[in-house]
Amino acid sequence: MGMTMTQKILADHAGLEKVEAGQLIEAKLDLVLGNDITTPVAINVMEGINKKTVFDKDKIALVMDHFIPNKDIKSAENCKICREFAASHEISNYFDVGKMGIEHALLPESGLTVAGDCIIGADSHTCTYGALGAFSTGVGSTDMAAGMATGKAWFKVPSAIKFVLTGKPGKWISGKDVILHIIGKIGVDGALYRSMEFTGDGIQYLNMDDRFTIANMAIEAGGKNGIFPVDDLAIEYMKAHGSRPYKVYEADEDAVYDEEYVIDLSELKPTVSFPHLPENTKTVDEIGEKIQVQQAVIGSCTNGRISDLRIAAEIIRGKKIADNVRCIVIPATQKIYLKALEEGLIKDFIEAGAIVSTPTCGPCLGGYMGILAAGERCVSTTNRNFVGRMGHIESEIYLASPAVAAASAVAGYITAP
Amino acid sequence: MKAKGSVFKYGDNVDTDVIIPARYLAIQDKKELASHTMEDIDKDFVSKVKAGDIMVAGKNFGCGSSREHAPMVIKESGVSCVIAETFARIFFRNAINIGLPILECPSAAEAIKAGDEVEVDFDTGNITDITTGETFKAQPFPEFMQKIINMNGLVGYINS
Repeated sequence: MGMTMTQKILADHAGLEKVEAGQLIEAKLDLVLGNDITTPVAINVMEGINKKTVFDKDKIALVMDHFIPNKDIKSAENCKICREFAASHEISNYFDVGKMGIEHALLPESGLTVAGDCIIGADSHTCTYGALGAFSTGVGSTDMAAGMATGKAWFKVPSAIKFVLTGKPGKWISGKDVILHIIGKIGVDGALYRSMEFTGDGIQYLNMDDRFTIANMAIEAGGKNGIFPVDDLAIEYMKAHGSRPYKVYEADEDAVYDEEYVIDLSELKPTVSFPHLPENTKTVDEIGEKIQVQQAVIGSCTNGRISDLRIAAEIIRGKKIADNVRCIVIPATQKIYLKALEEGLIKDFIEAGAIVSTPTCGPCLGGYMGILAAGERCVSTTNRNFVGRMGHIESEIYLASPAVAAASAVAGYITAP
Repeated sequence: MKAKGSVFKYGDNVDTDVIIPARYLAIQDKKELASHTMEDIDKDFVSKVKAGDIMVAGKNFGCGSSREHAPMVIKESGVSCVIAETFARIFFRNAINIGLPILECPSAAEAIKAGDEVEVDFDTGNITDITTGETFKAQPFPEFMQKIINMNGLVGYINS
């Protein structure tokens, strides 16, 4: 019986020839990640661990991104704790205002995550790096502390679901429609404890930003990780963004999967998740009524990359944001922000009446920079539409692609270009 | 080890955003943070919960964000055990790592009602609904996880 791609990476990092689903292993880590919300808790936990030093100052990344630039005194105190910890342990990958970006866009862009890596992060969307062929998964602050101290983490080897993507998607169909479609199909616990392994000829039509979006939301199906095969496009991306050596793992031909889904990308339509779960999906043409929105958010670790901004700008360019809509655009990193500026996208957004913010997770988790009042609706390219996620418990979030969010911001109600 | 208390019952897919909303995540003080536990789906929880009480929920409990603040506030508020049909995986890890007892038991999760008096024996996995007299058996943890739990979480395990 062969191993899946995830199992092969885990076996190698555990120093084992072979692993099986359900087996408990201890694996070596290539990177341990934390942000301004989870790192202070981890630092606190580390004080209780006998070993006070970090395992490798170059294999820890601390990214200040959730409530940054600091929204209040408490969040400023938290960042100060992280800053002092990074300085005292000489953490080389500490990212603060000016260098920071939303962690899951920033780390691949900085060349810190590559194919074959085993990565944990105290942030649930750490699964994003599977787009590059890495095993990466979200954990809590205690695991992060243990990882920082020992360079290891325990895992239960997951079984996997195979998603065979075929066909070429239509013009406005992006990675977000693919993953929302999948979550709608299998549910928010459809991949619970398991890997989501993507394969098939259709992957060639998905650019790296699409793949990051898909892997990013594996957690929204309950998945332990989402992972893509390493093709020429992924290799090109890694070479362009860093110099760390990568290792390509491939699933064995006789690898066993719990389930297999074939998804024809050419049949997908613009898809929206209705409140209050990502699995409540409808295609835009299935929505019978005009759902008016008061806010549109285009950004986040899911959809704040340059391709996302290009799509949104193409739709918004030369038009006006609807009078009753507040449109908030958040490039995910400084590099993406600068690129969008050079390409004239920022001008397109501002002239249309949208605002452009410095990188932050802000509104996605109801932190700041776009909180909703009772009764308000937001169409958002973010990843969760839980009760109260973006503000008042009586507000509503509709998850969608950058194309749908941009078209809806112009129309004033949920629509597709 | 045993736990006994009255039950707070919730449905499927209770996410970490409702267990502890992100607007409070900058708070470091555990007691202050715990004063907002479950606030967005059960605003009476904090005023009603007593030490030892038990949470029972449906599938995928603790889905969403990786915030360890979620199991932390449940533990801090006095809850002795969470029983669910299934747990989201990061919450599952976090609960074990910080020493919050959790049990997966679909039959108990379905049958036990809000307000019931329930007793849990962690050594045997036996769950007894004292109010109705029904008994249930939870899946035992693998030995490795049991070790972490017995050492009061991952820190104790590493230090040993």
